[in-house]
Formats: sequence, C-alpha cells, structure tokens
Amino acid sequence: MANAKKQLEISDEVAIQITKMNKWFGSFHVLRDIDLTVQRGERIVVAGPSGSGKSTLIRCINALEEHQEGLITVDGTILSSDLKNIDTIRSEVGMCFQHFNLFPHLTILENCMLAPIWVRKVPQKEALETAMHFLEKVKIPEQANKYPGQLSGGQQQRVAIARSLCMKPRIMLFDEPTSALDPEMIKEVLDTMVTLAEDGMTMIVVTHEMGFAREVANRVIFMDEGQIIEQNEPEAFFDNPQNDRTKLFLSQILGH
Amino acid sequence: MVDQSFVRTEIVPEKPAPLSQAGIIGWFRKNMFSDIPNTILTGVVLYIIFMVLGNILPWVFSPTWNSVSLTECRSILAEIGRDGHGNGGACWGVIRERWLQLMFGFYPSELYWRPVLSFLLLGVALAPVLFDGVSRKILFFTAVYPFVCFWLIWGGSVWFPISVFIGFIISYFGFVIGNKSAGSLIGVLAAIALPIIWWFILLSPINSVLNSILPLGSEAIESDRLGGFMLAILIGVTGIALSLPIGILLALGRQSDLPILKGVCVCFIEFIRGVPLITLLFVASTLLNVFLPPGSNFDLILRVMIMVTLFASAYMAEVIRGGLAALPKGQYEAADSLGLDYWKAQRLIILPQALKISIPGIVSTFIGLFKDTTLVSIIGLLDPLGLSTNIRADMAWNGILWELYGFVALIFFIFCFSMSRYSMYLERKLATGH
Repeated sequence: MANAKKQLEISDEVAIQITKMNKWFGSFHVLRDIDLTVQRGERIVVAGPSGSGKSTLIRCINALEEHQEGLITVDGTILSSDLKNIDTIRSEVGMCFQHFNLFPHLTILENCMLAPIWVRKVPQKEALETAMHFLEKVKIPEQANKYPGQLSGGQQQRVAIARSLCMKPRIMLFDEPTSALDPEMIKEVLDTMVTLAEDGMTMIVVTHEMGFAREVANRVIFMDEGQIIEQNEPEAFFDNPQNDRTKLFLSQILGH
Repeated sequence: MVDQSFVRTEIVPEKPAPLSQAGIIGWFRKNMFSDIPNTILTGVVLYIIFMVLGNILPWVFSPTWNSVSLTECRSILAEIGRDGHGNGGACWGVIRERWLQLMFGFYPSELYWRPVLSFLLLGVALAPVLFDGVSRKILFFTAVYPFVCFWLIWGGSVWFPISVFIGFIISYFGFVIGNKSAGSLIGVLAAIALPIIWWFILLSPINSVLNSILPLGSEAIESDRLGGFMLAILIGVTGIALSLPIGILLALGRQSDLPILKGVCVCFIEFIRGVPLITLLFVASTLLNVFLPPGSNFDLILRVMIMVTLFASAYMAEVIRGGLAALPKGQYEAADSLGLDYWKAQRLIILPQALKISIPGIVSTFIGLFKDTTLVSIIGLLDPLGLSTNIRADMAWNGILWELYGFVALIFFIFCFSMSRYSMYLERKLATGH
C-alpha cells in the first residue's frame, strides 16, 4: 500500500464537476452549497460523522438521489431529470455499496455479465471473457459459478467491485465498502481497491478506514452537517487539521 | 493455583452418531416413545386412527360398483349382511354411471376426443413453463395453445380463432414499428389501438368472407353443453394463466410513481377485493348484458372467465406486492447503478426475486381460484357441483350424497395437492441462499 500513490498521475481533465449543489429530504437540508471538482485519476476519500451527508453526496453523483439545486456534470454529461442522461451517466459510473447488493438469484458470473449484456449489448462470449478477467483481478475466478449466498462478506464485496468494473466505468464510487465486513476481511477488499487505484481509476470513497485514506488518497474531504468543512492532501489533513470540527472528529476516530 | 495452560496435540476424530440420533429405531424412540406421557399419547392417537379407519374403510370397500340405482345398492348391501339403509357401504354405481358426465357435462359423447385431446395438449403446452429440461421451442406451441384449445372445445369455423390470434400479431408489430418510428408511447398506443380496430371492426366481415371462400371448421358446440371438470379446468386454467401477468402489472402499477396509474390500480384492487366473487358472477350472468351494446351476444362462460380472472388478479397483485416489499432497497439501487432501465431491472432483478418470495402466496391464490370455480354452479353453469345436484335429482340416485361429493372432492384434492407439491419443488429448485 505504501508506495501506491507516488507513481500515480492526475490529469487535468475534469471528471466530475459539482457547483452550488443543494439537496433536501422533505424539509431537511441534507447537502448545502456543495462545490467539488474531481480530476480524472484522482482518489478522493470522503470522511465525516454519520449523518453528515457523505453517502448522499456520492449517491447524487449517479442519480440514486435527486438533487434540487445546482449543477452536477459527470464526464461532460449534465445530470438532469432526463432519463437518457441518467442512464448514460450510470453506465459510466460504477458503484459499490456497504451491503454489496449482489443479485442473490444469479451466480457470481451472471451477476458480472448481466449489465454488459443488457445495457452495453456486448455479445455473450465477450461478456464472459470480461467477467472472468475482472474476477481474476479481484482474485476469485474459482467462485464464478457459486451463488452470492455461498461467499464470505469480503468475497462478496470483491465480486461487487468486479461487477461494476465489467461495465468498464471511468469513475468508481464506494459507499462505505468495508463497514459491513468482519475485521479479517477488510484487508482483502482494501487491497483490491488499491490495485484499482494503481490502474489509474478515478475513485471517490466514503470510508472510515483512515489508513487507506492516508496511503491511497490524493485528497481527503471532511464533511459535517451537509457541508464540506475541510479538504486537503492526506498528510496535511491528518497531521495539521485546521477546523475545530475536523480536529474533534480526528481525535475521536484516531484516539482509541 | 490450578495450571490453566493447555495445548491440543491431536485432533479428535469424527465418531458415528449414537443410535438414538440416527436410524428408524432412534427416530421412533425420540419422537414417539421419549417418555411416559408421550408413549400414552402415541397409544391414544393410534387408537383414534384405528377407530376412524375401521369405520371408513368398510364403507369405501363396498361391492356396489355395478349397481344402477340406490335401491339396488341397498339390496346388494343387505344381501351380504350389511346395514342397507345407513352406513353399511358406499354406493359406487353412481360414479360408474355418471363419471363421464361429471367430466364433460352434456358434451356430445361422440366428440369426447376433442376435450381429451385439448387436455393432453395442455400438458404439452405447460411442460416448458413448468419444467427446465423441456425444449424452449415448445413455448411457441404454448402461445398458440389457447386458440387451439378454444377451437377444439367449442368447434365452429377455424377462421375465428385464427383471426383473433392475428390480432395479437398485429399488436406486436404495431408496438415494434411504432416504437422504432415514433417512440415508446406511440408504440404502446399502436399495440393497443390496432388490434382493437382489427377485432371489433374488421374481424367479422373478414371472417365471413373467409368462411364463404374456404369453409373450414368442425361441428360447433354450444356453451350450455359444457360442464363438469372440463368446465372447472377451463375456467381455472384461464384464470391462473391470466391472473399472474395481470396481477404483476397491477402490483407494479400500485408501486408506480405516476399518480394516475397508481390511483387506477389501487381503486381496481380495492374494489375487486371488497366485493364477493358471487356478486361478480351475478354481474357477469345478468347485469353485464345491460352494459353491452344491444344485440351483442357475449358467451356466458367467457364472461365468467373474465370475472374470475379479474377477481384472482386483484388478490395476485397484493400477494406480489408483498414480495416486492420484501426485497431490500439495495437491489433496486444496484440495478439502477448498473444502468438498467425500469423494465430491464424489473424483469431481470426485481421480479425473479419478488415472485420467488411470493410463490407460496401465489400458489394459494391459484388453489383458491380453482376451488372457487365451483361457485359458477350458483349462476346455473354445470360444474361438478351443479352436476351433482342434477344427478341427485334423478329418481335412481335420489338420496345419494357422500359418494358424489366425495368423488368431486377427491378430484379437486388431486389437482390442488399437485399444485402445492409443484410449488414446493419450485421453491427448492430456486433456493440459492444458505
């Protein structure tokens, strides 16, 4: 993990542009004036206390949540209520969830082949090859014909990552990918994510794994009460936090 | 102080389970005779089973198969020294004499091969739907089967079912062409409007032309000659086959974000569930004619089929809604995040799981529907129960009760029990979790 980020280059191309974005759940103001620009190749970790809106933020990026004000542009496509735009963005942006959300009625292989075949209209044979390629990449090709219920949590999350990768996304979103895992399985998932970062994938990761943030991220964003409170390079963020809330948060999660 | 350190040096080998855990004797010991109260209970229950069977079995095994009337039954029973007037034995002559009628109603006996053939073909049509190993190509026959069955049972001109079937083909091409040229909304409208124009305006003139050119057909059978289990199966299978897709659409409609669609579905479901089936059947038999254009003769059995289907669909919709609600929200989100559109997500991800969860409820609804077909006897259709009343009105069999209803119950039980077993097989087959 240690040398991961040093070799990585970040391009000038903008992958995601969020300006003045606001979101409400009913009358509750969850996200307030979010401004965020993500370059291609960036690895961003979003941290913050629970209820701070970090999951909601990344769920807005692939329109799992609808935003009410402001502009989100993903890969040059403006996110509006136009269903065509939403489907375009969703097929370019992969997402991994806290609870994996694999399809339990399909085998691992079918899970990985489904979207390429039905959304990208890839021929069966090619989809199979892609699926096996990415299953090998997450190091579980031998489980291809099992069902998700037969796999451990860590294996399921790695399959979920492979499933997203089969769509050849240009951006990956991770919504607390290790929070539902037993401690001994967290490492295998983080290792997979590091490999992904080394391949130059643009990643936004909501996580409490501060070790991962320090080693892999090129930028850490701290959120509280629906706002971006502080963002910085990991060294500066962890060693020299500026805002009081950031200091409090870091002392709480690093203190024990 | 005790030394608490311990290091295992060898692994304990596996040993066979003790006899009390395995084998038949172990099972009996554990479940029947585990202690004194259980042993006493086992004895009491065995005694009750013995008493019940001891009374029923002699009644069932009664040498009256060849009798031609209830009086003859009684004299046969009296001759062999059994009670001729009460519970001495069953009078099976009625089943021998009337079982064809219980099967086919008043269908002309020289044409029995037609319903029998359509029943056999029903098996062929269902096979690819019910079982994995069967060739998918037979599904084409499944699609055509309803029209073949209609023609076999009702007879008449061959052109009528063919031209009704063509309406569905028109609907399909209307959708494909409309969808390609002008978007999905126009496609759906074309798929609905074109076949309606075809069925209600063009169909009868075209039919009469075709009939005058090439009068192909078989002897037509009037609906009032249909009856017995043939009628029950006709109504039941139609209801089962149509209520599942309609119920799925209603359940999805009820979950929809579109307020008008949702409102229509909720109203339909709540209205149909709030009204007894018998009321709907009376509407079908009497009131519906008031609403139809004068002179239109809408077959009573067809009207009943529509009502039974609508009734079952409303229940089906609620059963499936239960399955949809049981799915974690993450499944919808995962499908969305992969870029699947609504219909693909429903078809590939949501419905396969929701329907699997709903199997017990769906099959219960099917079984209920099949048994409810006996209610049509109230509006004068001759289903097995209606026929039983007729048979009991015959002088020769006046007074017979258990034999007829027992036979009808047995046949219904065979059908319903098969459905129940099939659903358990399906649940086992689809189980993927651990």
